[in-house]
Amino acid sequence: MDPFVFKGCVEIRELLGKKADDELKLLELIEEVPVDSIYYHTHSYFLRHPYIAGTYPNDFANWAAYEIRDKILGEKLASVTPKPPKSIEEVRLELMEIIDEHLSSIHSIPFVGYGEPFYFMKSRIIEIPTESSAYTFQEFKESLRKINTSVVYNHIFEAGTRSRRGRSDFAIWLEQALNKRTLADKFEMIDSYMYSLEGLRNKLLELCDEEIEG
Amino acid sequence: MNHENITLKSYKEIAPEGSVDLVYKLAKRLEGRSLLHINSTSEGGGVAEILKRFIPLLNELDIKTGWEVVAGTPLFYNTTKSFHNALQGQKTIFTPEMYNEYRKVTRSNARHINLEADVVVIHDPQPVGLIYKKRKKSKWLWRCHIDISRPERKVWYFLKDYITRYDGAIFSLARFAQKLPIPQFLIYPSIDPLSEKNRELSKREINQVLEKYAIPTDKPILLQVSRFDTFKDPLGVIEAYKLVKRYNDCYLILAGGGATDDPEGLQVLQKVRERAAYENDIFVLDLPSDSHLEINALQRIASVVLQKSTKEGFGLTVAEAMWKEKPVIGGAAGGITVQIINGETGFTVNSVEGCAYRIRYLLNNPLASAEMGRKAKEYTRRNFLIIRHLSDFLALAIESLKV
Repeated sequence: MDPFVFKGCVEIRELLGKKADDELKLLELIEEVPVDSIYYHTHSYFLRHPYIAGTYPNDFANWAAYEIRDKILGEKLASVTPKPPKSIEEVRLELMEIIDEHLSSIHSIPFVGYGEPFYFMKSRIIEIPTESSAYTFQEFKESLRKINTSVVYNHIFEAGTRSRRGRSDFAIWLEQALNKRTLADKFEMIDSYMYSLEGLRNKLLELCDEEIEG
Repeated sequence: MNHENITLKSYKEIAPEGSVDLVYKLAKRLEGRSLLHINSTSEGGGVAEILKRFIPLLNELDIKTGWEVVAGTPLFYNTTKSFHNALQGQKTIFTPEMYNEYRKVTRSNARHINLEADVVVIHDPQPVGLIYKKRKKSKWLWRCHIDISRPERKVWYFLKDYITRYDGAIFSLARFAQKLPIPQFLIYPSIDPLSEKNRELSKREINQVLEKYAIPTDKPILLQVSRFDTFKDPLGVIEAYKLVKRYNDCYLILAGGGATDDPEGLQVLQKVRERAAYENDIFVLDLPSDSHLEINALQRIASVVLQKSTKEGFGLTVAEAMWKEKPVIGGAAGGITVQIINGETGFTVNSVEGCAYRIRYLLNNPLASAEMGRKAKEYTRRNFLIIRHLSDFLALAIESLKV
């Protein structure tokens, strides 16, 4: 049986030099920027907020709500959950549809008054193996407790999205190596986009404890 | 802890779980590679401060890392100081002699500095011209530490000629990015939790500072640490304090420096003193630039820390106070909005009244204030400590070298 090798990650943040001052420009740029930029502002938002989850779970929603002060658009954009197997291109389309529909329902285009423009960026993730690995369920749980939060991100968000496998590395290993199908399904049922990485780790540990207690 | 004794392991208990191990793993990918940092001063200023800690840590990781400082003439320094001001948007006059001197000194530095390294990092505009000596195989990165969101165009075009020859540029905030044909990266600055300004202090050390400046502790203390500069809005802080004082008894400390060699700073300090003249509970401290221990102690005894800037680069005094579990009220400007999650790790405000209201809230809700301080420390631990900075830098070196 192959052990589970815990791998963390570091994100390189690249500035695209493109910015939006109003909602129409935001829409135009969402259509234009590379897919890595949509990934950066939706998925890897969680990597940048490992401890405290922001009010809304992506950069677009937070910008609309707090910089433009358009709470309605903020709420609508916050509802976009980029959970695989939805591709990032599909996420892009969903964001565009929401902004388009919102703009057609109002008379003037909301713009940044006192707030900051939206700066488009993109992500490059470098995967880094850690010293931790697990052969048994007990070892898996113990390592999960100690690892860097980027490991949680890498094995849940990154694994599920970039590879479009849809299932987290944790769930695949629990099912295939340990034959723990029910626990693997419980891992997959977690709405991971509602947690900070630290919160998500605690939730996973809670499920592991329940598994032990039977 | 003695500075010489500080190693990567010293940060293991401080930095987030597993993050020091990630740094070791990242460094492994750079085994056998060499790095070189070049800036304009070995003493004073934030860049020298961070390099002093970075260089030994990188060498400890078995990455051969050098640090060189460019030498210059008075006219060269005058010119690069003007570059610095112009890049930050100040109208500045340049003469052809200044540009010529810059080129001449750059050539001289290029002759004397050994530029052989796999990755060369040039800090700020002073050594930027050295790029003409770049070898094909090495990667050169320009690390810009200043706010260049609205640079003076003439100077920017002069420097842009050099910058576009780099393999990448690194900025501290997204809004500093420019239209450039090279990749631009974002790396936030950091604080060192083991430095004199941030290390844990004993009660005795804190009391010595309080005695030195005759600061009483019988009432809550509001504190702003920053240069006496209009953009830091010290007068706005006094106004906010006066509004608070109608309801809550407290002291205000405005601690800063840089006024002695800065005519504008002197004027602001003068105005601050005038405005505080009849207020017995306001302390205005003009501190020397090496008052790290003093600032550390003041941040630790404060009940609320303010950074009411109206314009700000990154504003690391915010992270320093957050690291000491203080709820910080900051102006909604520049890097402050990156460090403070409004309502969670502190408050961002847009007016004197907003600032006063948040101060009153924190003074009257000590439990909420303590909880906010706790979150602020944790947020700083994960985002603004030197280990995260080191890790970002190593990742970029790996990416640049494609190793």
